Amino acid sequence: MKELKEELKNKIIEELNLGHLSVQDISDSDPLFKEGLGLDSIDALELIVMLDKDYGIKLNDPTKARKVFESIENLASYINKNRLR
Amino acid sequence: MQELKKKQNIFHYCKIEKNSVLLNDKLIISEDKSILFSEFSKILYQQIKLNYPKFFKMDDLSKLALITSEYLLTNYFKKTKKPNDISIILSNKSSSLNTDKEFQKTIDNKDNYFPSPSLFVYTLPNISIGEICIRHKFTGGNIFFISENFNSKLINEYASSIIKNRKNSIVLCGWVDFNKDDFKAFMYIASVNYFNKITTNYIDQLFK
Amino acid sequence: MRKNFVSITGMGIISSIGDNLEENLSALINKKVGLDQISHINTIHKNKIKVGEIKHTNNELIDLLCFNKNENYSRTELLGSIAAKEAIKHSGIKSIDKFKTGLISATSVGGMVRTEKFYLNSNSDDNSKNYVKNHHAGRSTERIADTLNITDYISTISTACSSAANAIMLGARMIKSKKLDRVIVGGTDSLAKFTINGFNTLMLLSEKECMPFDANRNGLNLGEGAAYLVLESEEIINKEKKKVLANISGYANANDAFHQTGSSDKGNGAFIAINKAIKSAKIKKEDIDYINMHGTATINNDLSEGAAIKRIFDPIPPFSSTKPYTGHTLAAAGAIEAVFSILALNNNTIFPNLNFKNKMPELNISPVTEITQKNLKNVLSNSFGFGGNCTALIFSKNE
Repeated sequence: MKELKEELKNKIIEELNLGHLSVQDISDSDPLFKEGLGLDSIDALELIVMLDKDYGIKLNDPTKARKVFESIENLASYINKNRLR
Repeated sequence: MQELKKKQNIFHYCKIEKNSVLLNDKLIISEDKSILFSEFSKILYQQIKLNYPKFFKMDDLSKLALITSEYLLTNYFKKTKKPNDISIILSNKSSSLNTDKEFQKTIDNKDNYFPSPSLFVYTLPNISIGEICIRHKFTGGNIFFISENFNSKLINEYASSIIKNRKNSIVLCGWVDFNKDDFKAFMYIASVNYFNKITTNYIDQLFK
Repeated sequence: MRKNFVSITGMGIISSIGDNLEENLSALINKKVGLDQISHINTIHKNKIKVGEIKHTNNELIDLLCFNKNENYSRTELLGSIAAKEAIKHSGIKSIDKFKTGLISATSVGGMVRTEKFYLNSNSDDNSKNYVKNHHAGRSTERIADTLNITDYISTISTACSSAANAIMLGARMIKSKKLDRVIVGGTDSLAKFTINGFNTLMLLSEKECMPFDANRNGLNLGEGAAYLVLESEEIINKEKKKVLANISGYANANDAFHQTGSSDKGNGAFIAINKAIKSAKIKKEDIDYINMHGTATINNDLSEGAAIKRIFDPIPPFSSTKPYTGHTLAAAGAIEAVFSILALNNNTIFPNLNFKNKMPELNISPVTEITQKNLKNVLSNSFGFGGNCTALIFSKNE
């Protein structure tokens, strides 16, 4: 899981163009949306694409997505349970 | 010479092209022509101390528009009180073609088909205006024209109809074009004061 | 005495509910909807979504226009030409160059549909190169101008879904300032994989027929079409004894300054634009008899737009979105809905907001759901585009 979390932090920085941040700046439990990293609705959609592209997970329910994307911790455990790749 | 000086005091503009920044006739940045826009834009971001992380999510056209407006407005608001009513008129010839092509790449291959939402957002040229408005909370009118060449006459006419006689109204005008690494931005501020004194010829000369 | 408004003497339209004015009006009155499965575009979303597609193939459109099949016209240009030609004919214009005439056209797709097919081959194939040359948004306007023989003034506007409304606004300004004697204004957009995929990835599309302002709305249906208005100066109207269809009495544009593709909760951009338009028309809020809403049926737009009209009007005038008929025609929407607003005015008929069942819990407002006869004097038409671009137009009966 630790490796996955690290991988996710790198991916988020890369895919969401958070060039001003480094992996150390993102904690496992910090909120990703609104406060914390301040991601927005478009970022959420990009994460949905990333889940499909990199882990083979199709997440289409926005309410479920909100819970999954709450933090790196949540995201990593969701991917761990559901990944196909 | 007096005339020219007068014009310089009234006419505020910023031109960014060929990796250099010209602000009201002063060359404030000149970088090596070989560096790419991705690098150049980072340099400008740091130089002007923009401190706006959303910048990094923008496409190149919006980055160029935002940074040009940042140089222009920061300087302008040093000497002039920020008006309540700020409108924006921008134009270019390539529309959002650069980003359109990037988005197209994400849907070209049926076997590797992952359309990118963040790219699609920028497949309209007026999003660049939106970014400027979001940054500064400008709620005035805005429009984006597509034309082969910079049309100062059209822009001036539109700007003057927006301003009419409202002293407390300015229009951010210009041209922002991005095609691969061939980019050019030319933005200026139109206000009530300038219509009698600044000719489209003068503007066209500065644009060249 | 300078008039405060600009007169409309002709209109033309082609949409998924009709090839011309008569067919569109008949469809509106008879609740004949243009939404269906896609047939002309080969996309993986084919069986999933509903769109407002015009049933004619490009070749059929070319035949309708009596154009040369070898000229590589894009669908956007064909639709635009059909609608603009109808508008000019409707206005009774016999000789286009008799007066200083302009064309201000809006598009978001331009030549995109063809470019999609030919882009990959464009370096090797001359035929493909030709199509790619026509991708340019400005090119489609120029070509439409060519077919209409308009040379005095040509301009292309690209501000997403408010584009055509902005074209109408610019045209009105140019007539008022006497820069032009007459101007053809509007927009055209055709369905394209690019747009379908894009909207789909933003999760804005509905698999059903859209339900504007309904509590259970879940997205929009894309559409295609074109519409143009002919605006003429007072001098021409008097000289040529033209019949005035309606007047543009007010207009305004504002930016929401909130998000690239979403609207603020309270609909700030809409609020500012609508208020400014009413002020520019020199009328009172109570004088608005009907609002043709932008009403795309996305969760976000309808809440935002609904909030804005609730903030402005008390009581709220009758309102409806006509997008369940035509789909969201993107850059053409402002013009297509301008035509619908003028048809409403002249027929004293409010067209219904189809598919509505339950009010949005946040707002407690209901659109008109049946064809309603009402004496209409002033109609407000809203068009909001990505990038926070909000435009409000007011059309008034010519009395």
